[in-house]
Amino acid sequence: MVLPALARPSVLRPTQQALRSATTLAAGFPRVSKRLPTKYGGVYTVTLIPGDGIGAEITDSVKEIFEHVNAPIEWEQYDVSGETPGGEAVFKQALESLTRNRVGLKGILYTPIDSTGHNSWNVAMRQQLDIYASVVLCKSLPGFPTRHNNVDFAIIRENTEGEYSGLEHQSYPGVVESLKVSTRYKAERIIRFAFDFAQKNGRKKVTCVHKANIMKLGDGLFLNTFRQVAEEYKSSGIQFNDMIVDNTSMQLVAKPQQFDVMVMPNLYGAIVSNIGAALVGGPGIVPGCNIGRDYAVFEPGCRHVAKDIMGKNMANPAAMILSATMMLRHLGLDSIANNIATATYDVVNNGKVRTMDMGGNASTSDFTGAVISNL
Amino acid sequence: MLAARSLTGALRSSAKGLYTVTLIPGDGIGPEISDSVKRIYQAAEVPIAWEEVSVAPILKDGKTAIPDDAIKSIRTNTVALKGPLATPIGKGHVSLNLTLRRTFNLYANVRPCVSVKGYKTPYDDVDTVLIRENTEGEYSGIEHEIVDGVVQSIKLITWDASERVARYAFNYARDHSRNRVTAVHKANIMKLSDGMFLTACRHVAKEFPDVKYDEDNLDRVCLNITTNPKPYSDRVMVMPNLYGDILSDMCAGLIGGLGLTPSGNIGKDASIFEAVHGSAPDIAGKGLANPTALLLSSMMMLRHMNLYEHAAKIEKAALGTIAEGKTITGDLGGKASTTQFTDAIISKLTSA
Repeated sequence: MVLPALARPSVLRPTQQALRSATTLAAGFPRVSKRLPTKYGGVYTVTLIPGDGIGAEITDSVKEIFEHVNAPIEWEQYDVSGETPGGEAVFKQALESLTRNRVGLKGILYTPIDSTGHNSWNVAMRQQLDIYASVVLCKSLPGFPTRHNNVDFAIIRENTEGEYSGLEHQSYPGVVESLKVSTRYKAERIIRFAFDFAQKNGRKKVTCVHKANIMKLGDGLFLNTFRQVAEEYKSSGIQFNDMIVDNTSMQLVAKPQQFDVMVMPNLYGAIVSNIGAALVGGPGIVPGCNIGRDYAVFEPGCRHVAKDIMGKNMANPAAMILSATMMLRHLGLDSIANNIATATYDVVNNGKVRTMDMGGNASTSDFTGAVISNL
Repeated sequence: MLAARSLTGALRSSAKGLYTVTLIPGDGIGPEISDSVKRIYQAAEVPIAWEEVSVAPILKDGKTAIPDDAIKSIRTNTVALKGPLATPIGKGHVSLNLTLRRTFNLYANVRPCVSVKGYKTPYDDVDTVLIRENTEGEYSGIEHEIVDGVVQSIKLITWDASERVARYAFNYARDHSRNRVTAVHKANIMKLSDGMFLTACRHVAKEFPDVKYDEDNLDRVCLNITTNPKPYSDRVMVMPNLYGDILSDMCAGLIGGLGLTPSGNIGKDASIFEAVHGSAPDIAGKGLANPTALLLSSMMMLRHMNLYEHAAKIEKAALGTIAEGKTITGDLGGKASTTQFTDAIISKLTSA
């Protein structure tokens, strides 16, 4: 292990230092309070991992826009790729950079599906940095009608355990066991995060998504923890309910307006965030982030590599730009963040410059140009 | 379909040339909607004799179990139609559905979802078929708490079960002229378990050179179907248990919920077709229930038994009645009773 400090996640040990809790969320997004990221001469150093597929193009958009507004961000870029041999060394350097800078912006890294390939680095990064909470915001855009309207919910997903434990073995030829690990500790912290998020953002209801009728112990632990934590938040007036994941999926495509904040274990998060993205206009416009106690990595909410359109200047950079504005807010640079976010939403709602995924024929650079001219 | 049927053994037919089929009316609205199906079948002159049984659990050696005569009936007839069962609440109660699944090795769950004309949803171009492995995966039931607050749940994937469900999917694709099978997986994360599921599918695909085979990631399928379900009307999707559970209900959501979606469980020893909605105790006995899901499930059953003509005839009458919108039940936005809705379907059948 190159990163001894990370091998033993610090959160498992009680520490004396003032830890940044999820309650420091502001303006909708987590913000650093006590332990500031690296900042020299008023400039924040941020680790940039463009990722595979369309990553390079959409992070180029961000770089261009940031340059235009003169954002006090200096990039430390690592071109990690899950496809090229030897990518592991760069990946480790990128992780080291992230531990130094504490904040990162990243695209999605490709993961091979054959069993001899490496494990997902996206998952490895989340586990090693213990960025346990994935936040994905799905909100209907007034200027871009889809099959559903008035959708507005936040998906809070446990990011570090569950089905993504990576523990699998073949106990006998033709018999494979895959372990899903669920812990009370991680359930409790993600559920608290969700309630705190709801409280800080004026949300009314938290829904726990689970499959405790089948996985009585694993998801049962999650659900019971949810009910206990919910009791503590009763005084805050936040309503809570729980829903089985199959019913949730059915409700999402039929009546998505009933959801406000949703909290769930890892795998269900993958499913719900993809359904959610589809409801409001696709992965190209849904921002997201991964938050832990010490680190925060911002990436599009719907984690697709999109190899089919890579290098064609066709990708929609909105999700990445909006994720980057979440990052700016996290760093306390609210006014720049708001300017860029407003300009981006204006371009989307205006409807003149639209990328292919939203039914237009503008290129990635056209979209970036439109955002810049709106600033 | 022949291949599928041969897996479940021979059908039992009576001296009059009628096929005997076990009917489990179920709880709540079950008896009403079963009655409706029976009346429609009589009117359509379907060559089926019903053998009605109850699966109300009995105590056997201190455990709840399904009565022997019900098991015997299903085993001999190899085909059954089942209404909704109330899920008993309480600890240590194994669900009856699970018991049936285990008793008859119901390894594949088939869930077609087609937009119903006359019932408006945000989607009007849905035509998906989903086949779900039904015996293992995340539903293995193997879980333990290692230390306080740390639980391991085991997802079990075996080659045999994967191959079996894949083979059924390819057969189904061929018989229903949907010449493409897509395996849905998350093998980028679960490399060994979902990886083996994929390997089994690829292995079976070689036996079906006339059926196109591809693979797609679960995330992408969720995204794409919710965005636009239309491209999925050319194929059969096959997947492990949990993904199938979630995706099949999601597809049901696209067309308006479980009241309109049929379901079939294909097994080694028998096949059970059922309505997957609840027993709706609140409207039970009031003559308000919508029998569509059970009726459509019985259409799957008829096709499974190679009674294609009868299936097409009844399906046309039933969907035609809903599309007209004059005599439909409350859940579809109408005012008709179960009996009136059934009568309307029957009059369509006889006038056709």
